Amino acid sequence: MSRVRSFLTRIGFGPGQIAMHLFLLVCAFAMVFPFYWMVLTAFRPSQEVFLPTFHWLPQEFVGFDNFRDAFAKAPLWRFMANGLIVCAGILVVQLLTAIPCAYALAKFEFRGRQALFALVLFGLCVPVQVPALPLYLGLAFTGTLDSYFSMMLPFFLSVFAIFLFRQVFRSFPDDIIHAARLDGMGEFEILWRIVVPSAKPAIAAFAVFSITAHWNDLYWPLVVVTSPELAPPPLGMMYFRDTDLGSSFGSLMAAATVLTAPLMILFLFAQRHFIRGITMTGVK
Amino acid sequence: MKPADGPPHQLGLTMTATVSISAIEKRFGATQTLKGVSVDVAAGEFLTLVGPSGCGKSTLLRILAGLIPQDGGTIHIDGAPVDHLAPKDRDVSMVFQSYALYPHMTVRENISTPLRVQKLHRSARMPVIGRFVPGQATARAEIASAVEAVARQVEIESLLSRRPAQLSGGQRQRVALARAMVRQPRVFLMDEPLSNLDARLRVHMRGELSELHRQLGATFVYVTHDQVEAMTMSTRVALMMEGEIIQVAPPQEIYANPADIRVARFIGSPEINLFAAEADDQGQVSVAGRPTGLRTKPKGPLTIGLRPEVIAVNGGPSDIAIPARLNRMERLGHDVLLHVRPEVDADTSAIVRVSAAEVEALRMRGHLEERLTLGAPAASALLFAADGKRLPSRAAQGVQAAERV
Repeated sequence: MSRVRSFLTRIGFGPGQIAMHLFLLVCAFAMVFPFYWMVLTAFRPSQEVFLPTFHWLPQEFVGFDNFRDAFAKAPLWRFMANGLIVCAGILVVQLLTAIPCAYALAKFEFRGRQALFALVLFGLCVPVQVPALPLYLGLAFTGTLDSYFSMMLPFFLSVFAIFLFRQVFRSFPDDIIHAARLDGMGEFEILWRIVVPSAKPAIAAFAVFSITAHWNDLYWPLVVVTSPELAPPPLGMMYFRDTDLGSSFGSLMAAATVLTAPLMILFLFAQRHFIRGITMTGVK
Repeated sequence: MKPADGPPHQLGLTMTATVSISAIEKRFGATQTLKGVSVDVAAGEFLTLVGPSGCGKSTLLRILAGLIPQDGGTIHIDGAPVDHLAPKDRDVSMVFQSYALYPHMTVRENISTPLRVQKLHRSARMPVIGRFVPGQATARAEIASAVEAVARQVEIESLLSRRPAQLSGGQRQRVALARAMVRQPRVFLMDEPLSNLDARLRVHMRGELSELHRQLGATFVYVTHDQVEAMTMSTRVALMMEGEIIQVAPPQEIYANPADIRVARFIGSPEINLFAAEADDQGQVSVAGRPTGLRTKPKGPLTIGLRPEVIAVNGGPSDIAIPARLNRMERLGHDVLLHVRPEVDADTSAIVRVSAAEVEALRMRGHLEERLTLGAPAASALLFAADGKRLPSRAAQGVQAAERV
């Protein structure tokens, strides 16, 4: 034990560091364990869930039976396609609206700029549940309930994106924008061809936030969508649980594994940009 | 720099234009950055705006470029007012201290940007699909050859496919110059373009910029806080302080004949030596009670300015004589700077520039340990009134100013 300790001290781990890392390990465990349980259950018979003792490995390995079962009973591809359409639609419109907004707030002098930015900050404090009812009534009035559009509409304008990009654009050198103006570029051209390429990490970070939030969103689709064929992943899971797989935990967890996989893969790809984006937007 | 190329891009035959700045005012909140600045720049001139940081010179340059609006006054380029024109329509190019290169573009794309915006249709400038827009082949070929020519002129042909992050400071500077030159503007604006370079490269680039100005024949307005850049490159220097232009004159003139004590102090290194003096009823000027061979108009307190190189140490009778003691010496090689303390005024100190040989002679005679006499001819003294304005002065005839002190 003392040998381990002296080794840790040698590589720069004092007692405080060790305590800190133990704490972080406990937290990480609390985060990861449910995922582990999900994947574990996807590979074992449903009955094993009810065993009185917990086993780290399946007592009886069933291979991909649960996955086959899940794909056979529920339109998982359909749910994922819905999730993809909704997330992509939201993200594209969010970027198209938030980026020019943020650029104006960051780099233009105009009357009311401070007030507008205050409104943005205020908007950050309003949860989607607050305007849910008027939004619902509006969608009902225009007859657009139960559509992809109704699922995307409330999220088209993201104050968080405006706030994030405004912080990023503010640190973009004025001289480069001035040079571009002298070179004859228009403001939109400057924005999309000069400023935005330098903000790629922040855009990647925001994309991860946005896609995660809307892929996992259950609340709003539950409010506006009634047709199962429009259901995004969480709503699909809900239908699925109620009707066909009520007791089949194995298949349910197999389906959950499949539906969370895209997010995992996305994060793995965007991780580098994501972390850079987060650190970049902090106080420099 | 290499000589300019022939057609189709005759870089040597750039158009040139006069610039007229009249009564420009600018306020930022409560502070008035520019207080009615006026200056005329002749066609093909190299005018340097020099002054301490915060004097408003960069602001003036940006107003000239149209990047920030002025609160009052007008700008004319080539006789026509340009106040209503956007920066791109003023036909000026600017080189920034930070170079302001587009970070994600290659050097070639950076340099070609002004021409692409000018010559290619909007749709042809779009990424990816722009390549398939028809009817742009001639324009593209023209742009490519113009970029090649200008790159050759500043000797960066081998760097064209690199990105700014892969270049050294000097190379970025050349790219920024090339981007400014490629459009062949009527006026070049330069905002401290050499400040971020190391000392050796700065000296080298000073020469190149002067040469470039000679080749292009275009009007240059150059902003710097470095008096050496101002003195070495410009045809005229405009000295700015606290939002005003104090004096506009050719470099030699502004050095020899400063209009204001602030000009005298700013221009010249080491700084000019200033001594408190007094003029009596007859206009005779005396320093600390000792009469000098100088006469001037109004009586009262004034200041005498002597450049470090006009002062002779123990040089025999002279119009102005001030006793002093040596504090320390700085040997610069050929020259030596003597830091001395005048006996008359213990608070001031003065710097004398003498040759190494003279110092050696003084040392041999043992004079350096003793009291020294700083002497200067009346013609080389600059007189300033109490408010800092330059006073006319003349050497008094027949007055025995200073026998050896």
